[in-house]
Formats: sequence, structure tokens, C-alpha cells
Amino acid sequence: MFDNEELIKETKSQALNSETVGDIHVDDPRIIAKNINVFYGDKPAINNASIDIGKNEVLAMIGPSGCGKSTFLRCLNRMNDTIDTCRVEGELFLDNENILDKKTDVVSLRAKVGMVFQKPNPFPKSIYDNVAYGPKIHGMAKNKIELDEIVFKSLDKAGLFEEVKDRLDAPGTSISGGQQQRLCIARTIAVSPEVILMDEPCSALDPIATAKIEELIYDLKKNFTIVIVTHAMQQAARVSQRTAYFHLGNLVEVGPTSKIFTTPQHKLTESYITGRFG
Amino acid sequence: MNITIILITLVLLAASSYYVGLKKSISIQKSDKLHSAPIYHGSLLAIYSLIVSLLFILIWHLFENYLYPEFSLSRNLIFFLSLLVFLITALSVFLKIEKNFRAREKVENIIEIFLLICSTVAILITIGILLSVIFEATRFFSMVPITDFLFGTHWSPQIPIREDQVGSSGAFGAIPLFTGTFLIAFIAMIIAGPIGLMSAIYMSEYATKKTRDIIKPLTEILAGIPTVVYGFFAVIVVAPFIRSSGEYFGLNIASESALAAGLVMGIMIIPFVSSISDDVINAVPQNLKDGSLGVGATKSETILKVIIPAALPGIIGGLLLAISRAIGETMIVVMAAGMSANLTANPLEAVTTVTVQILVLLVGDQEFDSPKTLAAFALGLVLFFMTLILNYVALNIVRKYREQYE
Repeated sequence: MFDNEELIKETKSQALNSETVGDIHVDDPRIIAKNINVFYGDKPAINNASIDIGKNEVLAMIGPSGCGKSTFLRCLNRMNDTIDTCRVEGELFLDNENILDKKTDVVSLRAKVGMVFQKPNPFPKSIYDNVAYGPKIHGMAKNKIELDEIVFKSLDKAGLFEEVKDRLDAPGTSISGGQQQRLCIARTIAVSPEVILMDEPCSALDPIATAKIEELIYDLKKNFTIVIVTHAMQQAARVSQRTAYFHLGNLVEVGPTSKIFTTPQHKLTESYITGRFG
Repeated sequence: MNITIILITLVLLAASSYYVGLKKSISIQKSDKLHSAPIYHGSLLAIYSLIVSLLFILIWHLFENYLYPEFSLSRNLIFFLSLLVFLITALSVFLKIEKNFRAREKVENIIEIFLLICSTVAILITIGILLSVIFEATRFFSMVPITDFLFGTHWSPQIPIREDQVGSSGAFGAIPLFTGTFLIAFIAMIIAGPIGLMSAIYMSEYATKKTRDIIKPLTEILAGIPTVVYGFFAVIVVAPFIRSSGEYFGLNIASESALAAGLVMGIMIIPFVSSISDDVINAVPQNLKDGSLGVGATKSETILKVIIPAALPGIIGGLLLAISRAIGETMIVVMAAGMSANLTANPLEAVTTVTVQILVLLVGDQEFDSPKTLAAFALGLVLFFMTLILNYVALNIVRKYREQYE
């Protein structure tokens, strides 16, 4: 067995201020992140990360706990604003608009960049109202018929419609955990976002529910840009086209998933995917 | 012989018997394995003997006073007998102590029974209060028909002493009292409900930690002010203010009014509403809030459509607690709303409430066989049932929401 402590000590010195290995650019980017730094109070959480996220691709972000991958994800729809001590620096372009600009309308940004959370969090409302929540707030439907259409379509895209069509009035909390998570995905899709952020969406689910969500991610890729944070490396390998590896706040390596998992360039990436730490 | 001396002696005896039991079991332990630890043998010996001897004194007391007064014994004799009972019990337990004696289980049983008694004390006392009120109220209803009391619209409890006395008709229609009570409680809730809820929302969702640490304790100070002081405030500040602003609009407002009492009572119960609402709003999981913000809802939309519905059972609970507090409040009303039993829905007039009338009826030297005094018990009984129904409804609302959301 490898001596873990020594490895970590060694890698720490390597990781600090290191350049990102691999190709951070793509041909048709939807999101361009430039020199992102994040601090919690005085403590740096992300150190100078730059990456492009392409249209219609699934980008997986992996790395040991506390490496900053969730923090980075939450920058993309400014969810970090809800944390008082959190400060974000750098530039983050979504369709050529810097979303870190103070003038950016956070509300419309979050409609464009939806988010699915670690734990299924359906509202204490009916299944129908859970999905209709976003469209109602943004005034997307002129009448009940249009609203019905949005709700049914979103449930259908989330692969849930067949399972719940007879009980749309039942509370969103009454269905199983996997169904709840797909309901949350339907709720996110309902406001027609361009990007969907997923923060370990399967960590609270059993393998069958996980498989369903992964299938769903594969289907959703056609219409949305998806960024997924995951602890399960097999999951990253299954669902994503590109993978970004974070370590101690540094974006260490970015590349096509197949390449990252077979021939990683950086020593840290290699150690992580071979299971030496994490 | 003083009862204190008896008790002290028994407790000292219990302490020494604890020691004796402990010693005996320790000496057994030297040769054999005990079922229960020595401490349990000692405790059982002490507790059991103490309980039995105290029960003996209690039962003898009841027996002597209520059943057979002719058997009355001197205090000294009772003291002696209780000591005897203690020693006999202690000896019988002492003889039972051996390696297989299950003292631990018996001590656990005694503790369980003791806890059961403690938890039923409140219930038993409530039943006792209810029975005594019902008893007096029945006497009242044998003098005044219950329908006159419940549906009569005229309240004037003074019974004429002379036949030709003016202004004392002895009417017991309680409707004006209940309308007065609800009018004032309603005004109080109009003030306390929205202000309390909104300050709770501000504190839990908008305020920084620093602001919250200042505002919350200050709000809670409101709950600690004696109601008499609120009464001063109502009489000296609020009532004259209402009166002068009424004059400005050409209204003639009495210096005692339901509005003044209701306003001040509302201020008094703000902390009840805000502190309970604050707690339940804080208990709404962060991931629900994130979910709502994540689809692009604003803070206020999130509060209105997700947080408040999720926190509703708790909020309703807080509101109902505040209402029952408002209904039971007496002091502010005596000082600010007057004592005249007007049947009116006009908040600018003087009204009176059930609790104020109970106070008025029972203050001073009163004989306990006149309908005037007994009416207080009837009022108390009705008030009791009203708050009971209120609580029942509240619990059902809360339960219904729980079933729906959990």
C-alpha cells in the first residue's frame, strides 16, 4: 500500500499554483470561466480556475472531498451569493455576458442555469405544483392549458410522466427518493434552462434509481449543457464527455473523459482515479 | 409532635437503612455474585420503607379526618406507629436481601411509578379544577336558566337589595362579555399577527447575524414586561392618542375603548408570534430554499410560496397560542377598555371581557351563594370550553398539514 500521508504532502506542493494540465478550451463554448478565485472569509477555496464548457456536452467534475468542485459549480448560477462570507473573483461568461458582474440579474440567470441538488428537495406541494412552480413564477404560461403542457412535457423529459400521471395531485414528498430526484430535474427543466448543474445528484439514491438518472442525463444532453459533480468515478466515466479534476482548490486537469480515465497526464489525477486517495 | 420532626426522623432512618442494606449486600458480594449492585439493595431498603411509612401516615390522616373521627389518636402515637411501620418494612426487606434478590428491577419499577405519578399530576389537577368549576357553575345554573346566560344580551349582575332600587336588574346575559372578549382579541391579533410574522421573516431570512442578535433579545423583552405596565401605557399614552386623533376626524371617542386595549395587547403578544414563527421558519430545511432560489425565484417568492407553506403548522400554532393569551388577558382590559358590558362591534366604544367580569364579581367580600358570585364560575367554565375547542381545532389543523407534507 502507498504511504498516503507522504503522498498528500508531496502532492500539496505540486498542486499549489500549478497550471491546469490538458485542454481547457472547446470549439463552441457556452460558458467560459476565466481566472475564478473563490474565498470563504479569508480562506481560499478555489485558486485561479479557468475552463470552457461546451454546448451539448456533459462535463463531470471530480476530486476528493473539499476540493472546491461544488463551490465551482455553485459559482455558475451564483448560488454562492446565499452564503454571506463567500466572495467570488474572476470572469464567468454565459453567452458572452459576465454573470459575475454585480449588475447581472440573478433571478433570470438562475432560470437560465438550473440546479439539481445532492438531496432530493421537492417542495411540500403536489407533484404538479412542484413542476409548475418555476413556470408560474416566471410567467411562462398564459393559461392553464399552456401550463399543463409545460408540466407534462417536463415530467416526460425527466422520464417520470408515466409513473406519476395518475397522481399529479399527490404530494411531491410521497414518491420514492429516485422519483423525487427526477421530479426535481423536471422542476429544473420546466423553466427551459440552457445549462443544468447537478451537485452529486445520485449520492442519496440506490443503484437502480441511479441508473435511471444516468440514462436521463444521457438523454438531456441533446438539449442542455450539463455540469455534474460526482464522487463516483464510474458515474463520471459513464455519463460525461469531458472531465475536470479538482484538487485542493486547484483545477488540476481537464480533458476528454476517455483520456482522463485511461491516460491521465497529471500525477495527482492518476493517483485519484486509481484510488490512492479520495 | 410536629410533622416536620416526624419527616426528618423518617428521612434519617431511611439514610441509615440505606447504609445497612449496602453493608449487608457488600458482605454477600464478597463470597457470591450478586444479581443487583449493592447500591440498589440499599436504595430499595430506604425508598421502600420511606414510602410505606409515609403512606401509612397519609392514610391514617384521611381515615381519621373523613371516615371515623372518633378513632382520633394523639400525634405522638401516630409518630410512634409510623416509626414502627418503617422498621417492620425495613426489616422484612432486609431479610430478603441475598444474592439472587432482584433489587435493581424493583428500584426501576419504583422510579417508573414515581415518574408516572409526576406526569399525571397536571392532568389530575386540571380535572380537579374543572370539577370544582362545574360544581359551582351548576349551582349558578339552578338559579339562572342556562339559556338566559348563554344567549342573553344584557349583562348586569348586581342583584337589587331593595325592591325599588334603580339600575340593578340582575341580568346575566353573557353575550356582551364574549363579544367584548373576541373584539379585543381580534384587534390584538390584527396587530400581533402580521407584525410578529413579518419581523420573524425579517429576522430569519434577511437580517445579518449581527442585527438578529440585537433585535431578537430586544423583542423578547416585550414578553417580560408586567401586564400592569402595559395597562399604564394603554391608559396614559395610547388611549389619549386615540381620543385626540378621533377628535381630529370629528369622532367622539371614550377614553376607555376596545381599540386602546386591543392595540396594547397586540404589542404585548408580538414576541409570542415572532419568536415561535422565527423558530419554525429557521427549521425549514436550507435545501428547500435552495431549490426555490435555484429555479430563479426571488427571496420574497421563496418565502411566500415555499417557506411559509412549509412552516405553516408551526405558525398557526404560534398564532393560536397568542390568541389564547389574548383571551385570558385581564389587566390591560380592566385599565384600558373599562367594565361596562356593551354589546357592540365598534372598537371605539368601551367594552368588557369575560376575565375582567370574573375579576369584578369575585373581588371584595362576597357571599358564595348569590348568583352574582356564582356567575363567575359559569363564565370560567364557558371560557375553559372555548379555549379547549380552540386548541382542538388548532391541533387538527397542524396534524392535517403534517400528514400532507411529511
